[in-house]
Amino acid sequence: MDHKSRKKTILVADDDIDYLGQMQLLLEAAGFEVLTAESRKEAEEILARRRPDLAVIDLMMEHQDSGFVLCYHIKKKDPSIPVILVTAVTSETGLEFDTTTEEERSWIKADRVLAKPIRYEQLYAEIGRLIGKG
Amino acid sequence: MTTLKILVADDEPGMRLAVERALRSFRLDLPEIGEEVHFETSPAESGEQALEMIGNSPPDILLLDHKMQGISGLEVLERLRGTESQDILTVMVTAYASLETAVSAIKKGAFDFLAKPFTPQELKDTVSKAAENLIMARHARRLEQEKRQVRFQFISVLAHELKAPLNAIEGYLNIMREQPEAMQSRETYERVIERCTVRTAQMRKLIVDLLETTRIESGRKKRELAQVDLAAAARAAIETAAPEAQQRGIEIRLEAPGQITMTADRSEIEIILNNLVSNAVKYNRDGGRVVVKIEQRDSRVVIAVSDTGIGMTAEEAASLFQEFVRIKNDKTRNILGSGLGLSIVKKLALLYGGKVEVASTPDEGSTFTATLDRADCGEN
Repeated sequence: MDHKSRKKTILVADDDIDYLGQMQLLLEAAGFEVLTAESRKEAEEILARRRPDLAVIDLMMEHQDSGFVLCYHIKKKDPSIPVILVTAVTSETGLEFDTTTEEERSWIKADRVLAKPIRYEQLYAEIGRLIGKG
Repeated sequence: MTTLKILVADDEPGMRLAVERALRSFRLDLPEIGEEVHFETSPAESGEQALEMIGNSPPDILLLDHKMQGISGLEVLERLRGTESQDILTVMVTAYASLETAVSAIKKGAFDFLAKPFTPQELKDTVSKAAENLIMARHARRLEQEKRQVRFQFISVLAHELKAPLNAIEGYLNIMREQPEAMQSRETYERVIERCTVRTAQMRKLIVDLLETTRIESGRKKRELAQVDLAAAARAAIETAAPEAQQRGIEIRLEAPGQITMTADRSEIEIILNNLVSNAVKYNRDGGRVVVKIEQRDSRVVIAVSDTGIGMTAEEAASLFQEFVRIKNDKTRNILGSGLGLSIVKKLALLYGGKVEVASTPDEGSTFTATLDRADCGEN
């Protein structure tokens, strides 16, 4: 297949199937191929077979820190895959973190952190900045 | 053990010493709240010194002599009024048991009074009364606070549980409004409608269960007691669960005598059975089996609902009957529930002098057993 016509692939991992379904609808409409995973375990299984062009992963899945662990594994496997970490913790617990300081970037292995509920324009913009259009 | 600080304000050194000696090894037992109270006294030679000491470190109880050089006991009381020290329990000590002094002391906020001369026992009795009053009030305050805490937690979780389906539905609506091109296939459209319907139903169930929880706790709604046939109620519950069971190839069997009656509120019995049977289907494997067994043992009725489902660990089972406890793992991820069903079953079983228990093996199944007392319908 001609490299230029290949759809870019995005892995979306989230334990809320409605959220997952919504991301899939939107990203497919934007021209991406979407791989969905309902847990870190499922995401790791997909990653063993496929190399997505980008990953959008939720922080809290089977465990409170599943997203951090998954980020770490993706980056360890292939540091060139951009990762967007999505989290509801800011609105749920008031816990805040981002990747704008060097110190936080050093332990959060994500390229961007976005808060739920996600604003789609923002998500499209971030994806565009990281890997271009679908 | 609690130690209460007593400030002894008296200008007679002998008096201060006598009080200190009498209370040094005195213990007050409050078995009903499991407390043993010890006392620690500190002396003040005058009203001025007492006020200063109170300002620095307020005692729990103040033994205040009425007649002192300088400012009197009544004046001390007056000055404490309106300050943050006004809640110190004060026992006024009067040299002459004049009713007038006692009355004005009580009016100014003293808790009690003690007439001089007094025996060590009289002193201990008076101090005991003050101490008990104080400890009980603190205990009640603590209970009230814990209750508020539990309530607050309940509301936080509830808010979270109500928000989840709303977020999902809102998410779909946003896509329809802002990205209609994502909704173009018939399939997608139907899937979105289906998911919104499921989440709406979940929210409605949560609200119904919530109202039921509130109703049981407040005891407000009038219960209608009648002779209820549990076998018939079980058949009705099975019928309600049948569509989902059929869809997933789950067989439901009833093992019960033709009729088994007890005095009860029909809707409460229906709630118990519906919750247990619908759980046994929801948490079952496809092609599994549910057995609903109802039997009478002496004055008790035993309802046992067994499934061949995912089961749970002992640790998971231990917290299962609490509000909003839902076991979260790969197997339960897509099963919707309000998290209130089993806590309601437990509350209702208690109402009938009974209980509900679970025996379970992971990946093999669970048996929920509700035992109700036929002679107890919760009206006594």
